[in-house]
Amino acid sequence: MSAVARTTVAAAPPATVPGAGGRRLPRTLHPVAWWVWALALATAVSRTANPLLLFLVLAVLGYVVTARRTEAPWARGFKYYLYLALTVVAIRVVFRAVFATGITPHDHFLFSLPHLPTPDWYAGIRIGGPVSLEALLSSATDGLRLACMMCCIGAANTLANPKRALRVLPGALYELGVAVTVAISVAPQLVQSVQRVARAKRLRAARAHGTKALRGIVVPVLEDALERSLRLAAAMDSRGYGRAGTATRRSRRVTGALMLLGMCGLCAGAYGLLDATAPAFLGLPAMSAGAALCVAGLRLGGRRVTRTRYRPDPWSLPEWAVAGSGVLSAVLLFANLGYDPAQLNPSFYPLTWPGLPLVPTAAILLAGTAGSVAPPPTPAPAPAFARRATTP
Amino acid sequence: MITFDQVTVQYEDAAEPALRDVDLTVEEGELCLVIGHTGAGKSTLLGAVNGLVPHFTGGTLYGRVTVDGRDTAGHPPRELADVVGVVGQDPIDGFVTDTVEEELAYAMEQLAIPPATMRKRAEETLDLLGLADLRHRALHELSGGQQQRVAIGSVLTAHPRVLVLDEPTSALDPTAAEEVLAAVTRLVHDLGVTVLMAEHRLERVVQYADRIIHLPGDGHARTGPPAEILRTSTIAPPIVELGRIARWSPLPLSIRDARRAAAPLRATLADCTAPPVRPPLPPGDRETLLTARGITVTYHGVAAVREADLDLYAGQVTALMGRNGSGKSSLLWALQGSGPRRAGRVRVTGGTKGDADPHTVPPAEARRLVGLVPQTPADLLYLESVGHELAQADAESGTGPTARALLDRLAPGIDDAAHPRDLSEGQKLALVLAIQLTAAPRVVLLDEPTRGLDYQAKTALTDIVDALAAEGRAVVISTHDVEFAARAADRVVVMAEGDIVADGPTAEVILSSPTFAPQTAKILSPLPYLTTHQVARRLTAAAGDEETRP
Repeated sequence: MSAVARTTVAAAPPATVPGAGGRRLPRTLHPVAWWVWALALATAVSRTANPLLLFLVLAVLGYVVTARRTEAPWARGFKYYLYLALTVVAIRVVFRAVFATGITPHDHFLFSLPHLPTPDWYAGIRIGGPVSLEALLSSATDGLRLACMMCCIGAANTLANPKRALRVLPGALYELGVAVTVAISVAPQLVQSVQRVARAKRLRAARAHGTKALRGIVVPVLEDALERSLRLAAAMDSRGYGRAGTATRRSRRVTGALMLLGMCGLCAGAYGLLDATAPAFLGLPAMSAGAALCVAGLRLGGRRVTRTRYRPDPWSLPEWAVAGSGVLSAVLLFANLGYDPAQLNPSFYPLTWPGLPLVPTAAILLAGTAGSVAPPPTPAPAPAFARRATTP
Repeated sequence: MITFDQVTVQYEDAAEPALRDVDLTVEEGELCLVIGHTGAGKSTLLGAVNGLVPHFTGGTLYGRVTVDGRDTAGHPPRELADVVGVVGQDPIDGFVTDTVEEELAYAMEQLAIPPATMRKRAEETLDLLGLADLRHRALHELSGGQQQRVAIGSVLTAHPRVLVLDEPTSALDPTAAEEVLAAVTRLVHDLGVTVLMAEHRLERVVQYADRIIHLPGDGHARTGPPAEILRTSTIAPPIVELGRIARWSPLPLSIRDARRAAAPLRATLADCTAPPVRPPLPPGDRETLLTARGITVTYHGVAAVREADLDLYAGQVTALMGRNGSGKSSLLWALQGSGPRRAGRVRVTGGTKGDADPHTVPPAEARRLVGLVPQTPADLLYLESVGHELAQADAESGTGPTARALLDRLAPGIDDAAHPRDLSEGQKLALVLAIQLTAAPRVVLLDEPTRGLDYQAKTALTDIVDALAAEGRAVVISTHDVEFAARAADRVVVMAEGDIVADGPTAEVILSSPTFAPQTAKILSPLPYLTTHQVARRLTAAAGDEETRP
């Protein structure tokens, strides 16, 4: 108790935000704004394989994340996405080097891996052989593009509280959101319970290996988890969960059908938009039809739900600005205006230094303004570790 | 407010109904206490109030339960959420969200309360329960007392007329329990909330109760004013036992009333020395079984135990006390050798190869030196039946008496075919203790064994501990239960923030402490009496003297 009181007092004076000028008060941005921004940027990234532009995107992501993330546990994860991105690039390059697709006479020869002879029926794939600089570079830029898109998702996860993001789900999907929320909070408890039981096993000097040992941990942990979930279910029931009238069977079916059709439409639309060779009707028309069906399904499903939301995040100017900056940069990269589209995907034959086209660069920098347009995050309420560490 | 009309509850797999023809009425604004032994039907009674029994638990309920005019037969628990708020024993299990403020809002969101009202009620509840400083904190970082207050707050925001609390203080240290009970009494007095509360530790709550529902165990229920019910009930806190011994009428229920009634008793007892609580240890030098020096345990750089020195002697029972998170468990685990230890030495005599440090020897040898029963004994049980567990224990140790023989001595009458999870808390504890004793350790450590035990089970535990000490073992029990420590321990060690702050004979340590003094000591202070048994023995001896004198 005393430790808690102390830490709270110590953290009470709110950190002054430099440059806030007293106009923009610290608050959390609507999670959907961050997701729109990040997804739009990821879409923009999918257009280009220019390594300079890709590095610029990474720099923008890094800046925005460091400027606008909070101190919450989920906000400390961006570096893991960076590690993951590096792994993706590395795997891509190694695979390209090992499963070489041959080398043309004009390529710059780098080194040669020992060639593994494959049987006749496996002739399509070569393992080992000469590796060229062009092959490695093209695989690296490909990997970098994928890595950039992953970092975009990572940034959204870091900037927006995943649980708050789930809360904005439409009423029809509320149950799904609750299930995910509960699962998120159960996972650490499960880890704790495994640690506790594993430690207790040593007291009995039980065997440490083999199926019996595994059973000695799994059985108590699962029994524990089951009992706990029953208690949670009872608590949720007594607090009114599921009280809002449930939908009739017919309306549930109609909702399901609408949602399924809508999803198909959205998938087809995305495919049509991204693949230039697809027939025209698969593009925007399929996309908008799918979206309309989804909205109709959610409206129908949510109609009977009577529930209110505590302190919903507002959607005001900063939200428009953040989401807008992301969308605008994606539009600029897709518009092919004011620059040579070839510069977005520079060729490796002949090997030249890629150019930095002006408009796409400006578009990506525009997305970076989100870092200053968004309101600063609320300062952390109290250092979290003090209390937890004293409880073994 | 709450009416039970000829209520009988029968579970499918039970031979006898859990409740039988229960008729009772709880008026508005009452604080009503439900007492009874483990398995007497307390949880069933509480669950029936908001319809969890039988809607959630299964079973059949005959008769009628109405709350604020609503029949639970037609209203499942969720439809009663705006009338009845239920708080369980382990608050952390009932939390749905992850911060204090969101948790308070959860029930209101389900009830579709308008956002403006919601905001206002959340602020009011934060103030009412003293949680305003904690509003943005993560729930799992709070202390036990704070978590329990958040759990109460999270149902209060729905403005229920009835609050049902199932053992709200059983996991809490004395100070945190006071904090929670103060909040509950404030709700009753200021807001007129009707409270129905079950609690094993009557000494903590009986003074606040307006009325008691006593479940003697046969399914029936007796209700009445506390003083009347407690005069004859099979369970009673020390203050009531003292009142019965001294034949006080009306029976005082608070320390203040008892002290006023006790003036003549104090005068009678003043001119003779108090008999010892426990039989004195045999004279002569006691053998030192365990020596620990400079024990330090840290978690993530924060010290849980700081350079603790401890000696344990053969035949001595030591109680380890201190608030939640003061390092009691960490110390016990470090002494046993299975827990982390950053610095320090432990030496235990009596191993197969002479003196040894349990931390450096293999686990099988460590448990021959020191046996530890963890806070959740069920962590050690993973087989389908008690018989299998006992056979496994014999196979693991191979020496000493069989586990079955030990278990029959600790808790007779546990069937081989029973599933370990179906045993009561006391029986589980006895089973795990029997398993640990098959290795014949001379030092036995029990981590919070009194949690969830009723008075009977605690008496049984005291007898077990006495028997272990009589065999020449050193026993350490970490506990929050001052009454239990007063009765069962020869010596008390108090920890705070990882340091040992007091270490000495029970009477010396707990008589001087406002937090740890047992009720008898508070009533008879400054006389050095700790338990009602002492008083009873003294009075019978005095009566004997009177008779033999003429």
